[in-house]
Amino acid sequence: MIGLTASLPTAPRFPWARHPISIAFLLSILLLGVGETLSPGFAAPGQILSLLTVAAFLGLVAAGQTLVILGGREGIDLSVGGTVSLGALIAGNLMQGSDAMLLPALLGVILVCGIIGAINGLGVTLVRLPPLVMTLGMYGVIQGLLVLLTRGRPSGKAAPLLLDLITAPVFAGIPGLLPVWALIAALLTLILTRTSLGYAIYALGSNELAARFAGVPTVALRIGLYAGSGILGGITGFLLLGYTGTVFVGVGDQYVLPSIIAVVIGGTSLAGGAGSYLGTVAGAILLTILQSLLTTLAIDPAGRQMIFGATLLVLMLLYGRRQALRG
Amino acid sequence: MILYRRPWVAALAVTLLLLLANLAVQPSLFKPAIMLSNLSSWLPLILVAMGQTYVVLSGDIDLSIGAIISLVNVSVVSLIGAFGGGDGALLLAIVCGFAIGIGAGAINGVFVAALRLQPIVTTFGTGILFAGLALAIMPDAGGTVPDRVFETYAGPLLGVPVILWILSLAVLFVIALGRTRFGLRALAVGGDAQAAFQTGLPVTRVRILNYGLAGGFAALAALCLIGETATGDPLLGGSYTLSSISALVLGGTALSGGTGGAIGSLFGAMSLGIINNVIFFARLPFELQSLIQGIIVLAALAVGTLVARR
Repeated sequence: MIGLTASLPTAPRFPWARHPISIAFLLSILLLGVGETLSPGFAAPGQILSLLTVAAFLGLVAAGQTLVILGGREGIDLSVGGTVSLGALIAGNLMQGSDAMLLPALLGVILVCGIIGAINGLGVTLVRLPPLVMTLGMYGVIQGLLVLLTRGRPSGKAAPLLLDLITAPVFAGIPGLLPVWALIAALLTLILTRTSLGYAIYALGSNELAARFAGVPTVALRIGLYAGSGILGGITGFLLLGYTGTVFVGVGDQYVLPSIIAVVIGGTSLAGGAGSYLGTVAGAILLTILQSLLTTLAIDPAGRQMIFGATLLVLMLLYGRRQALRG
Repeated sequence: MILYRRPWVAALAVTLLLLLANLAVQPSLFKPAIMLSNLSSWLPLILVAMGQTYVVLSGDIDLSIGAIISLVNVSVVSLIGAFGGGDGALLLAIVCGFAIGIGAGAINGVFVAALRLQPIVTTFGTGILFAGLALAIMPDAGGTVPDRVFETYAGPLLGVPVILWILSLAVLFVIALGRTRFGLRALAVGGDAQAAFQTGLPVTRVRILNYGLAGGFAALAALCLIGETATGDPLLGGSYTLSSISALVLGGTALSGGTGGAIGSLFGAMSLGIINNVIFFARLPFELQSLIQGIIVLAALAVGTLVARR
């Protein structure tokens, strides 16, 4: 007994300080400080709120990404770029600037993008395609669908009510989008940490066979996770429409790889079964602040990209290392 | 058994079927000039996909490969200008191009294999870094190369088109590599890295070499693109990253590593090109073309994966 305790590694003095979520939040604050020093006003309250607004869109796409990655078996969703664009397009065309169509438009987006996500899930489970392949192919199909629907000329307009909800302050200057994000984040965290559904997702991601023996409907759950990612992508597109007012084709493309990076920076393992949505939130905020800082500092695009890439590598070095084979 | 030892046979069959479909909608397909122009537009993707195959075979992935193409492209075009444009200058620039490509690949390899970082995120990061470097070297598309660069590239050498020389040499290289110890090691590392390590294989070195190899192929693809476009473009390579992955999956290489081969990727990349042709010549309504292409590619990806698994 004594020998056993003696052989245990000593616990680090500040275990939380090595946790990816703390690192991401601390780095975010550090970057805000650097930004404020170099360009006064960077960390002004209004500026922080607009940073968080931009981060919210990435954070919502990355929420779906978190779900499929947590579910394991190399889970990943490259089609989110497509579902975001499709969500914005469908929402804009159903609404056509009319408040009355706000809810029907949201339901339409959830339905279509949910079906697309479920098809991803079917391909991954029943045909057993690698998620990267299935969702990459689906991304191509959605891009075709976008061309078919728009015929090259995107149309559709946001309802004034949606514009108000996203951009107008609800209280203390906070735009409506942020409470929406906070609500979704709280709900998702609650589901993941406090419900049997959440436990089932972690079980699925860490050991699928054991999860099945424990009574988890693994196939249905995995299909559900991909459907969830599709729906969250669609909702992001719906909300983006409220931010931009009109529809742009390909508005979702910019989120594909950053959504994965946000998840990883937030400490969720790409191997599945470990991580949290709070981490993804931290990752999305950190990425957004970093990009905004590089834009603010008036560095030319080339230098901005190089610094951004180098920072990602440093972040990975900080806590992304895998176990050695000799382990 | 035949399929197990030759994972590219199924991909070849799919390519031939697609060629038949292509012939049906484009009767002039097999005219030498048409075939040659097809081949020259497919060649860059074929080469990139072959290179990406080695990385995937050893269980990794390279999302920076498109950025490496851009980087080599703008570097070589700038270097030709800087060296003065003589024959020696061209040769030196080409050598530098390969060095840059292989070096960039090796950097990926060191981060992923030696420092043990997650390949998807890491190569995404290095990709942004390389793309930024390309932008720094050449902020806007432009620059010219001497006329004889693209005259040579489009012309014949010893009676055989240069494009065909490049393709044949790449294929010979891949076949030769497959017969060496290195080829076998790549498969072993991808199949089970732990087992390969315990067998005493230099797992880290194999993975770094495979990344370097992919960088070398990307450099060759970038040189071909210079031969075709005769100019530099810092955003040239972007679309090749995901296409190369599609091509190698179509060619029967498993993304989990351990099975497949670069010859399959050759046919996979050709299949993607042929699908483009079929869609174009089938006179489909414009707004349907891209959807049908997406569905065909998705279906082909599914078939490729199922064949690779068996």
